Amino acid sequence: MKQLTVISGKGGTGKTTITAAFASLAENAVIADCDVDAADMHLILKPEILETMEFTGLKVAEIDESLCIKCGICRDACRFGSISCEITIDPYGCEGCGVCEYVCPEGAIRMVERKAGEAYNSTTRFGPMAHARLGMGEEASGKLVSVVRENAKKLAERYGKDLIIIDGPPGTGCSVIASITGVDMVLVVTEPSLSGIHDLERVVDVAGYFKIPAAVCINKYDINEENSQRIESYCRDNGIEVVGKLPYDDTPTKAMIEEKTVIEYSDGEFASMVRSLWENVKDGLLQHAQKRDGELPVVQRQ
Amino acid sequence: MKIAIASGKGGTGKTTVAVNLALSLENVQLFDCDVEEPNCHLFLGFDLEKVEDVNIPVPLVEKDKCDFCGKCSEFCQYHAIAVIPKDVLVFPALCHGCGGCTLVCPQEAISEENRSIGIIERNKDKTGGLVFYRGLLNIGEPMASPVIHALQKHIDENKAAIIDAPPGTACPVIASIGDMDYCILVTESTPFGFHDLKLAIDVVRILGIPFGVIINRSDIGDEKVEQYCLEEGIPVLMKIQNDRNIARLYSEGIPFVSRMPEWKERFVRMFEIIRSEINEEVMK
Repeated sequence: MKQLTVISGKGGTGKTTITAAFASLAENAVIADCDVDAADMHLILKPEILETMEFTGLKVAEIDESLCIKCGICRDACRFGSISCEITIDPYGCEGCGVCEYVCPEGAIRMVERKAGEAYNSTTRFGPMAHARLGMGEEASGKLVSVVRENAKKLAERYGKDLIIIDGPPGTGCSVIASITGVDMVLVVTEPSLSGIHDLERVVDVAGYFKIPAAVCINKYDINEENSQRIESYCRDNGIEVVGKLPYDDTPTKAMIEEKTVIEYSDGEFASMVRSLWENVKDGLLQHAQKRDGELPVVQRQ
Repeated sequence: MKIAIASGKGGTGKTTVAVNLALSLENVQLFDCDVEEPNCHLFLGFDLEKVEDVNIPVPLVEKDKCDFCGKCSEFCQYHAIAVIPKDVLVFPALCHGCGGCTLVCPQEAISEENRSIGIIERNKDKTGGLVFYRGLLNIGEPMASPVIHALQKHIDENKAAIIDAPPGTACPVIASIGDMDYCILVTESTPFGFHDLKLAIDVVRILGIPFGVIINRSDIGDEKVEQYCLEEGIPVLMKIQNDRNIARLYSEGIPFVSRMPEWKERFVRMFEIIRSEINEEVMK
């Protein structure tokens, strides 16, 4: 089974638009939306939820007011500053470590489970989909991403699918790391702005840190062609393939409003460019998966 | 007075608003709290200097003292320390630095050592009007919140502070906006923008932070965002139309108020409206 994650570093470069298009082009895939704290894929794919699973993240401290003597020992021990002077717990700051419960001389604090979100297994017009909804301000986004990926794997096994396409979150932190570990390739969708380039370089470094091969798609390349050339030469220098360049176009927004993928929306030029992007991504994915399985010698890139 | 710029969806224009607002005002501070992918500096051209490392205290086990009882790994909620028959393994990247293992060890075999997960930087030139700080999370590090907390310790409470927050609704967002007096939510007029705006509104409402909305690229999608704000009585602080010139300047790292000075006045007016709303909140 092969896995592809679409990431970007910078938000709003077109990850979800492109991943949704891939969903409509892939013939035998499971879709996983791992941008769990601002998930948008369901707005296009309109999944019908078949299973809902409760997700409990880290525990949270709770004070029994009738036992608390306001000694302040817990407040001093809390490394996260999540206990106030009045000895109340800030549930959004609490990281669930349990130190306060341990140090409380009165046994007034206990750690309680809290529902931190929901994970869903669904069906869409393009096949099975794993997705989730993280509760507001939750700590455990990386953990929920891992749950979604586990669910996607099970769906792939259940329905005999050989590919998982993962829509990743922006950034470089825990949920990005959880979205890319162990995948065969990441596709980084970038744009030719200084921010886009800066964030591309950082997220490529993150992929490199975890030894995951990367390919790049430059979206809205014609907004600043000079910067697009900079991205291409950066990719050349780092042995990264540019698998596609898409122009600035209003097709993605129009398609989004009609709740369609860009492929479904029109058969125009933009859609055909996304099709050839997908062909290149598939080729890259196959090569990297074969290298992983030892079928091809790993070529050292300059 | 602390104002955060947040969004839910990424790429809606948080950094654009934060930088252009900061450059339109006198004597302000700007904090880039998107420590996973900070971008403000690209528009400011400042030379930056490191102020400090952000450290997490992680366990250091003295194996001579350890009797492998396993209490530390039992206590650790993050699976950052594991005891196998004759050894203790520490996984520093998973450690939140709570200090629990040190506390529970009956042999006093565990002390702590600092591990750097990121840095705080500021602009070298301290003579200008704008004070700029940013946090930067090291590559491969999962936890952004400690860097954000360390960064916000540098806020001078006597001056206006503008905070560029990360996208999303998870813990780094709460770390960035939790302590703010006001929140500007930047969105765009598309279904994704609208959907994620509603998530961001849930967050600021639960935290009890007064807020308003800026609709960026206000003419590319549909009217739903504006209609919603009207129905909910949410102030629309500003609308920025889709302008290829602004997009071009953005791509080059040029803050658009420097080329389109008429926008400076609009940002100043918006700031005054926000200031009076914050004052009203204080009066309540």
